Amino acid sequence: MEEWFSQKRRIFIIDFQFVETAIFDSYFIHQGGIFLSLLHLAIFLPFIMAVFVPFLYKGFRKIHTGWFVLIVPALLFGYFLHFIPTVRENEIIKRTIHWIPSLKIDFTAYLDGLSLLFALLITGIGTLVVFYSIFYLSKKREQLHNFYVYLLIFMGAMLGVVLSDNLISLYTFWEFTSLSSFLLIGYWYQRDGSRYGAQKSMLITVFGGLSMLGGIFLLYNMAGTFSIRELITHKELIMASPLFIPSMLLILLGAFTKSAQFPFYIWLPDAMEAPTPVSAYLHSATMVKAGIYLVARMSPVYAESPVWLWIIGSFGIFTMFWASFNAIKQTDLKGILAFSTVSQLGLIMSLLGVGAAALHYKDMDENIFIVATAAAVFHLINHATFKGALFMVAGIIDHETGTRDIRKLGGLMGLMPITFTIALIGSFSMAGLPPFNGFLSKEMFFTGMVRVTEMDLFSLDTWGLLFPIIAWVGSIFTFLYSIMLFFRTFTGKLQMDKLERKPHEAPAGMLAPPIILAALMIIFGFFPNILTYNIIEPAVGAILPELLEPGEHFVGHISFWHGPGIELFMTIGVIALGVVLYLTLSKWGKIYSWFPDKLTFNHLYDQIIKWLESGAKSITKGYMTGFIRSYLVYIFLFFIVISGVTLITKDAFKIDVSNIAPIGVYEVVLALIIVIGSATILLAKSRLTSIIALGAVGYTVSLFFVIFRAPDLALTQLVIETVSVALFLLAFYHLPPLNKHEKGIGFKLGNALISIGVGVIVTLVAISAHSNKLFDSIAKYYIENTHDKAGGENMVNVILVDFRGFDTMFEICVLGIAALGIFGMIRLRLTNEGGKTNEKK
Amino acid sequence: MLDMVLKISLICISIAMLALIYRVIKGPTIPDKVIALDAIGINLVALIALISMLLKTSAFLEVILLVGILAFIGTVAFAKFLEKGEIIERDRNH
Repeated sequence: MEEWFSQKRRIFIIDFQFVETAIFDSYFIHQGGIFLSLLHLAIFLPFIMAVFVPFLYKGFRKIHTGWFVLIVPALLFGYFLHFIPTVRENEIIKRTIHWIPSLKIDFTAYLDGLSLLFALLITGIGTLVVFYSIFYLSKKREQLHNFYVYLLIFMGAMLGVVLSDNLISLYTFWEFTSLSSFLLIGYWYQRDGSRYGAQKSMLITVFGGLSMLGGIFLLYNMAGTFSIRELITHKELIMASPLFIPSMLLILLGAFTKSAQFPFYIWLPDAMEAPTPVSAYLHSATMVKAGIYLVARMSPVYAESPVWLWIIGSFGIFTMFWASFNAIKQTDLKGILAFSTVSQLGLIMSLLGVGAAALHYKDMDENIFIVATAAAVFHLINHATFKGALFMVAGIIDHETGTRDIRKLGGLMGLMPITFTIALIGSFSMAGLPPFNGFLSKEMFFTGMVRVTEMDLFSLDTWGLLFPIIAWVGSIFTFLYSIMLFFRTFTGKLQMDKLERKPHEAPAGMLAPPIILAALMIIFGFFPNILTYNIIEPAVGAILPELLEPGEHFVGHISFWHGPGIELFMTIGVIALGVVLYLTLSKWGKIYSWFPDKLTFNHLYDQIIKWLESGAKSITKGYMTGFIRSYLVYIFLFFIVISGVTLITKDAFKIDVSNIAPIGVYEVVLALIIVIGSATILLAKSRLTSIIALGAVGYTVSLFFVIFRAPDLALTQLVIETVSVALFLLAFYHLPPLNKHEKGIGFKLGNALISIGVGVIVTLVAISAHSNKLFDSIAKYYIENTHDKAGGENMVNVILVDFRGFDTMFEICVLGIAALGIFGMIRLRLTNEGGKTNEKK
Repeated sequence: MLDMVLKISLICISIAMLALIYRVIKGPTIPDKVIALDAIGINLVALIALISMLLKTSAFLEVILLVGILAFIGTVAFAKFLEKGEIIERDRNH
């Protein structure tokens, strides 16, 4: 074994080292700049275009709207291409628009190698997809304006994600991608499957997005900035903080849900209900890579932690295996491609995780782990090319035969020769066969994984062996589904009776984009160093900036033929075992049915949704009984608990008898009458007795006012009591006989306990409040100034109309409203008869 | 001396009121209760008058008048209610 490794180091597939660049001081960072730069305009251009799309659709019905839209990504692609020389020279372009400067939220566009790679992917594949969609979507039947508006929003949002330096603006665009993806998946909203898939992807990605927002705030808490650049400079501070791990986990949750990693991959297969151009664009080439982008982008902040390496590496590699294993049992072309996307994303993710190990070997001529990061970037590009092409092929087959079910397909080779060729290149590249680009990145993947075993940190020397093994097994399944996808569709017998249409070759317009992608696959396969030099080196530099001194940049080289190494033998093993497994599929394919449906994550998701719904429903049903009695119980119990607990915990209860007035006989007698009256109200068997007892209580209260020397209150109380007793009597006549709820002793006891509790608490609070008087009353002012300043003798009335007349005014309003309300209730009765609302007098 | 007399009178009236309240609660028929209430009202007048003498104030004279009026109005209303079943009739011709 040892021999293999040392040998490999010498032949080294991709050979990174450090080179002093000529332009030593060319870090040309533009600060400030309040005005909209061209880069910002590039991000906003799709949004601006989205505004005009509906007008173009209505105004030019004869021209397919896609032709107008095509201008945008093509223009942007050209614009971003011209940055390649700049970025290659390690120049970073930074433009800032102040958005909410007081909250340190700016919209900073930041272009380095990684951003440029993604921007080129987004606009390049975007151009091809728009072109393809012009021929895929019918001008007559489809609502094209909706489609292109959503697609343009997505494109702009995605550009915003990859070009934002400020995490808040990144998050804003991130959610825009979730939203536009939701709209695009649900494009054929009449179908149940589309709505289900759209909802599912929305729930999962927004869940992750919100977690990410939490992580962003934790980062802000630690470093005091939202800018990724500044976060990197504050790395030491962040790593020392106790919030480091929580923020990392939250941000990774966002990345994993977006990039469909295990176990959040379940939304992606259901997102295949979207139109095929959308699947090709969003769900293989761009949006699902936003999570990858985030992981790569945040690597400089987090990657030194072993948790980062372990989580990303292990989740990625397991996703890679699990999804490729599950792809075999799919029968829908797009289903296979969806699982394959998940698997390939897991592969890229695991490479990014393993690449983080490079940071621990600063002595870098021997730094063999950079190759993993380079492989991640390279495979990212390769995956976008072959997956985009394969989705377009699936769309063509669907378009020309009317089905995507591989059980119904077969023998299309002779009928659709061009599609056949593209599919051959695409699926062989996906399987990792030479001479296509997938072969090279698959080899680099193996290199990266094999080298995990060489790491002597984070206990990887013991468990690290699992990485290459899982990677290898996963690759066997990858090979298997790739050739299955290809052979099942194009070879074998043509089953004409099962097809809806007579298949023939697709129109040239539909074939052009996948042909371009297939050409790229071959070009990148034979001349990978076009990419290495222009794109991969700056991108790796952006992911691992720590390893570079200012002015340095990585120099890499991918050779098409790297000599015999362990990777090559692994690939040969993959091919051999894959062929054997393919030929014996009918024998061992049954193992998929052993796996019970109930243990799948889809089932779990459905159950969780169901539990949440039924749980929420039963909780609501449990406490929202519809009886006022229940709500009063909650209110009073809450009152008792809150006041009681406060009284106890704050040690607030206090009895101070120092300033208590002497109690006279009258007070005692009157209090007794009130107690008897109240008891009568509660215990009376007839309603009339209750009303009279209530009146008695009211009159006694007015007597209290008399002996406590409040003549105005006594007057008013008497009149009001009389009027309200009369009103009670008025209502009494119309009421049914008093229906005491004979609910048994438990019910009554509960009521009694609660009412006693409330009474006791209020009494205690009143006593404590009286005993805790902190200040003198302000009444002295009124006594002194009633005559002199307000010109009155009756202090109560002067307070009511002069000192505090505002209260009186609104009390008058209350009475006015009550009177009008009563009038309205009596006079206007809206009844609903025969569907019409009539006014009855 | 006057204080003493006032207090004794107050106690007497209180006892009378308690007896009346017993009648209000117990009273076998509704008119019994109404009459008892009316009497309570008048007793209140006396009570308030006595208290205001005790407190040496003339601020409660309005209260006395008001209780008198209210007791009258209330009793009449009750009587009408018991006789016709409603207090304010809709048809004014009868």
